[in-house]
Amino acid sequence: MKVTAQPSGDTQTFLLDGELDASSAVVLDAELNKPELLSYKKILIDCQRLSYISSAGLGVFISHLQRLQDANVKLVFFNMQEKVFNVFEILGLDSLMNIVQTEQEAQAA
Amino acid sequence: MTRHLRIQCSRQNLQQVRDFVRDFLLAAHGNEVLVNQVVLAVDEVVANFIIHANEEDASQYLDLLMQLRDHNLDVEIEDHSNTLFLPSNVAPSPDMSEYIRQGRKGGMGMALVSRIMDKVVFFERNSHTICHLTKQLG
Repeated sequence: MKVTAQPSGDTQTFLLDGELDASSAVVLDAELNKPELLSYKKILIDCQRLSYISSAGLGVFISHLQRLQDANVKLVFFNMQEKVFNVFEILGLDSLMNIVQTEQEAQAA
Repeated sequence: MTRHLRIQCSRQNLQQVRDFVRDFLLAAHGNEVLVNQVVLAVDEVVANFIIHANEEDASQYLDLLMQLRDHNLDVEIEDHSNTLFLPSNVAPSPDMSEYIRQGRKGGMGMALVSRIMDKVVFFERNSHTICHLTKQLG
């Protein structure tokens, strides 16, 4: 699992590459835990190369979402593969999280 | 079609488990979303055995047996440690809005497993914990 951070203005984009499981979730958790993230208006998660997510991966996003919302930082997912989106759907997270199809939609969200 | 895999109890081996399940199912079933669901269910159970039942003790090991007959999938995961690990067979139904409010990290794995598989049973055999998963594919 590789996590690449791309800051641009008031937006921080994270590119996820690989499989997000109980072993690799700690890498992403450390990135989302950085205090400076709360200075951005928007955190975008580019999921194009995210090929798998387990409950441990979902847990990373769930554990940070309220903290980001409280700081008025939007968390938006885009470019999500169907099989990964399906995992969000199984738990009903697709209606609780901001998931859009394209980067343009994410920028406008 | 039957396949077997033995792994040590380290979370570093979860990738090997997923590759094993994925290769087994993709050879017989082309639906990528369905295959990913089963991969996820097995990954969640194996991760629970490794992390919670064995506390990542790499001297312990798990056996994974997969069998596919006429679209009926049976998966048996055997924990060879002598500590019994028998989660409730009642399907959990987490309130995800509350999980978000609380910032919870865990507690969703078995909910995913129970929603994906047709049947999930934990039981004891020869002082070992067995998890048996079944699902009708297609």
